[in-house]
Amino acid sequence: MAIARSNAAAGGRLRTFVAWIDERFPMTALWKEHMSEYDAPKNFNFWYYFGSIAIFVLALQILTGIFLTMSYKPSDLEAFGSVEYIMRDVEWGWLIRYLHSTGASAFFVVVYLHMFRALLYGSHRKPRELLWIFGVLIYLALMAEAFMGYLLPWGNMSYWGAQVIVSLFGSFPWIGDWLVEWIRGDYFISDITLNRFFALHVVALPLVLIFLVVAHILALHEVGSNNPDGIEIKKHKGPDGRPLDGVALHPYYTVKDIYGLSIFLVLFAAVVFYAPEMGGLFLEAANFEPANPVLTPEHIAPIWYFTPYYAMLRAVPAFAGTQVWGVLVMFAAILLLFFVPWLDRAPVKSIRYRGPIYKVALMLFAATFIMLGYCGMMPAEQPYTAMSVFGTLYYFAFFLLLPWYSRLDSHTQEPSRLTS
Amino acid sequence: MGEEIDRGRRQLLTVATTLTGAVGVAFAAAPFLASWKPSARAKALGAPVEIDIGRLEPGAMLKIVWRGTPVYVVRRTPAMIASLASNDELLSDPGSDKSRQPAYAKNAERARNPEYFVVLGVCTHLGCAPQSHFAPGDPVISPDWPGGFFCPCHGSKFDVSGRVFKGVPAPTNLEIPPYTFADSRHILIGLDEVRAI
Repeated sequence: MAIARSNAAAGGRLRTFVAWIDERFPMTALWKEHMSEYDAPKNFNFWYYFGSIAIFVLALQILTGIFLTMSYKPSDLEAFGSVEYIMRDVEWGWLIRYLHSTGASAFFVVVYLHMFRALLYGSHRKPRELLWIFGVLIYLALMAEAFMGYLLPWGNMSYWGAQVIVSLFGSFPWIGDWLVEWIRGDYFISDITLNRFFALHVVALPLVLIFLVVAHILALHEVGSNNPDGIEIKKHKGPDGRPLDGVALHPYYTVKDIYGLSIFLVLFAAVVFYAPEMGGLFLEAANFEPANPVLTPEHIAPIWYFTPYYAMLRAVPAFAGTQVWGVLVMFAAILLLFFVPWLDRAPVKSIRYRGPIYKVALMLFAATFIMLGYCGMMPAEQPYTAMSVFGTLYYFAFFLLLPWYSRLDSHTQEPSRLTS
Repeated sequence: MGEEIDRGRRQLLTVATTLTGAVGVAFAAAPFLASWKPSARAKALGAPVEIDIGRLEPGAMLKIVWRGTPVYVVRRTPAMIASLASNDELLSDPGSDKSRQPAYAKNAERARNPEYFVVLGVCTHLGCAPQSHFAPGDPVISPDWPGGFFCPCHGSKFDVSGRVFKGVPAPTNLEIPPYTFADSRHILIGLDEVRAI
């Protein structure tokens, strides 16, 4: 009895404290709006894990990144050695670095699956166009973040990868040479370049990423989540004004997402502990030698998550005396993603109710993207060059012909309420 | 003192203030953007490099580093210069039309003075450092090798003027940097002509 009474008293004090805060900061209101009273469709499946996992990986990258900067030295004389120091001498330094390097690859795995989910269920369609655009911006910022981060270990692949990618900008007419010099801040990739990439990687781009993620979530919670049926749960509301087919994000989906996260962490830990190099996919062998401006690695390939675009770059031949066309094709491939919500004209959103043309086209698209990624890792020779050309054509055709084939395609009637 | 709001005036002032502010932002941004340009120290370190060629033997090669890039200087023998003419059929860009070089190096010798050949030691394929194999018929390469540069990374071949042979991965001839003769014993790399000070 005494314990019950003291619990009640403690609860009372907590409520008073919360009320004190709520009069000064909308803590409870924010919690309700975004967690306990945010109504998400009740039929989320496997594909809906990756948003929350991406947030977890972002937090992990920031945390491990902060600890890495405590021992890392962004100078051409010390960078490579300081990474070795982290790996060998700093207590648990190897773990913190492997979490960060594996986290980078995991981030892209998760983001690619998250983006594929949008194409599956039409999550980019009206009214979620801006949500999708924030997402593509996150993807762009993430690519910049990963590219700059890859230079920091100052290994030979870091060096030559940066060399190849930065010199892409040199193919732009007139301003090219000046632009490359401006990006590097020197006449070659040097200490100056390393120092500024470090600043962008640890300060500027993480801030941009966090801002974009907040905007992405605010846009999501404004319009409400899509779902595997691709129908709007807000069309059927109960007398309390809340969607009949919705459940509160907390506790229903926080519990589900923690379950998904635990499965993800099992796989993630397996990579961190048993295959952090992933056979050269996550950490390339050439990067275990320090940067050497006068010795190129045998075969220069970007890290796996960039290789689909690298394959597109190499698929386009130089003509009219310039290689700029490949660069333009590569950038266009990413810019095209911004327009997908308007290119898709199907009357239904979800793949469940779409016709065979889109189903086949989307599966082929996923296979082609993986094939392009494979070609981008391979030397620029046959059959990979021919496969890259085919893959590039298909990538563009998939999006640019979407306005026509999405309307031509048959579809079945979507239900008015969620099915499962 | 009218109570009426003059909306036209208010709009004009809003636009004028916004434009003035935008100009201010542009001016304020300039120092930040300009700070990315090569710094005074980077420019000093990237300044022209003087090489003493007085003791360079005929047929020998010097390697120096200019702006982080290897530069080769070869003192060619009359035999090496004479061999250039017979290569044209085997080359993919004999006239250096698709390649990068200063105007004074756009000739068969690709040089100001045929005896001294100055070239960037950077393969035009993927930036490896080509090696010198000037002896014709060098057994390391092939019996019919006319002599020149060989890139060990992907097998690109160039003649003693840095011109690329057909059927190798490198697309163009080796790049010639700007250079000039300071006097009969010295070459300045990184400068097209000695300016009067």
